[in-house]
Amino acid sequence: MAERTDIYGLLAEFNAPEKVLAAAQRAYAEGYRRMDAYTPFPVEGLAEALGFHRTRLPILVLLGGLFGGALGYALLYYAEVIDYPLIVGGKPFHSWPAFIPIVFETTIFFAALSAVLGMLALNGLPMPYHPVFNVPRFALASRDRFFLLIEARDPKFDREATRRFLEALGADGVWEVEP
Amino acid sequence: MNAKMLEALSRRAVGIGLVGLSLALIVALVDPEHFWPSYLFGHFFWLGLSIGSAGLVMLHHLTGGRWGFAIRRILEAGARTTVLMAVLFVPIFFGLSSLYEWTHAEAVAADDILRHKSRYLNVPFFSLRAVLYFVVWIALAQLVTRWSYEQDRTGDPKLSHRLRALSGPGLVLYGGTITFAAVDWVMSLEPHWYSTIYGIQFILGQGLTAFAAAILIAVWLSRARPLSEILTSDVSHDLGNLLLALVMLWAYVAFSQFLIIWSGNLPEEIPWYLRRTRGRWEGMAGLLIIFHLLIPFLLLLSRAMKRNVRTLAALAGMILTMRVVDLYWTIMPAFEERGIGPHWSNAAAFFGIGGLWFASWARAAMRHELIPVHDPGAVEGRASHE
Repeated sequence: MAERTDIYGLLAEFNAPEKVLAAAQRAYAEGYRRMDAYTPFPVEGLAEALGFHRTRLPILVLLGGLFGGALGYALLYYAEVIDYPLIVGGKPFHSWPAFIPIVFETTIFFAALSAVLGMLALNGLPMPYHPVFNVPRFALASRDRFFLLIEARDPKFDREATRRFLEALGADGVWEVEP
Repeated sequence: MNAKMLEALSRRAVGIGLVGLSLALIVALVDPEHFWPSYLFGHFFWLGLSIGSAGLVMLHHLTGGRWGFAIRRILEAGARTTVLMAVLFVPIFFGLSSLYEWTHAEAVAADDILRHKSRYLNVPFFSLRAVLYFVVWIALAQLVTRWSYEQDRTGDPKLSHRLRALSGPGLVLYGGTITFAAVDWVMSLEPHWYSTIYGIQFILGQGLTAFAAAILIAVWLSRARPLSEILTSDVSHDLGNLLLALVMLWAYVAFSQFLIIWSGNLPEEIPWYLRRTRGRWEGMAGLLIIFHLLIPFLLLLSRAMKRNVRTLAALAGMILTMRVVDLYWTIMPAFEERGIGPHWSNAAAFFGIGGLWFASWARAAMRHELIPVHDPGAVEGRASHE
């Protein structure tokens, strides 16, 4: 069972993309869920092996777009009908065809804005500090080494058992990550 | 299995075509007033499918992408039907005086605008241009399909380069000829009216028509190999995204024309919309907004809808139906102005020409592999799936 630990997790180092992919699949099959992998280049299938799931970003973008469209329409309606009614080209004050281009723009603007901000929020970015950098060898993740991290807050995490498990997967080294 | 399906389709289509055209012929003899608009509408819809197909094939040669390999042979067979459509255009030369006001010397003499346009809108020049359009379309359609079929036999990768080299200038020629053809054959039905975005509207409309039809046919053929293997959910997703893009482009262009004419509110422009938003045409305009834009747009936003070939086919079918409605709504109110309203022969000519179109299409599709087997891009696309 998980005990109270004072570490962030265990970081296993591998020297080939197939090895980290196989290790992630094994760890997922073993029941580990709170894990992440760090590689110098995208490894195909790794995200799925880690249990990557779709986010709620699309629905956020949809809501952002709807909000932007409604806001744009309300803005135009307020300006053209309530606050400063002005006859243009003999048209009624509430001339929806003329509103469409601006409503379209505000829809796109708010949808794009919620895509960027929503992506950052769901990713937990910006993140000025991350414990993995406490392991000096982690710098090699951007060069030629592949890392698999299992976090201590995973219910299955056990400082000793998890270390033995990672070593058995063929890791070149397993490092404890200071919080 | 595909061969059998195509054979059955071809036989049934010939039957429908002959029945439809016979009925239309009877109307032509007893009630030519109603026959000519029906024939023009039917011909223009199916011609759009032929040349839209060729346009998409050329577009795919320029852009690449795995979506194209699933539907390219279907589109190529569509391009091959251009010859049939050229033959079926011939009767229209005999109906010019029934169709177009500007062919009547008295009407032209009495109308300043028509007199000014008569250097362009006159029967000899009109006929010369029509012949020229078909020469360009047939030449491009034949070349772009022949080299592709040749590659199936020889496997020569150089043919891909040749197809790409043809497609750039080919698309430019297509854009120009379709614009002029739309002005000649449809816009000049109401010779006082003009719109500069008209050509793009037809190019996009025909591209969308051909794309939706190709998706439907591909899903139908995917009951058997090879399309059952090619039409994966990834490819279906790509096709869905493109369908969404085309629907939005169509709406963008259609709305642009409306917004400009509505804002200007000028006496020579606005009647076009007044005619099309009165009585039965108003309901039809509403149908277009709901089923050609709102519903496909909202549903095509959904990833699950796009990745499922069945729902994608249903959406493509809805859009294809709306393409018919859109063209009907664009062409027919011009005749109602002269007292020629909707008539059952509209459907007879539409299905008659459509039957022959599908028969010609199925014959072209049967003769070749259903996917370009030796295209380097197609082979690459398959490899990356495995």
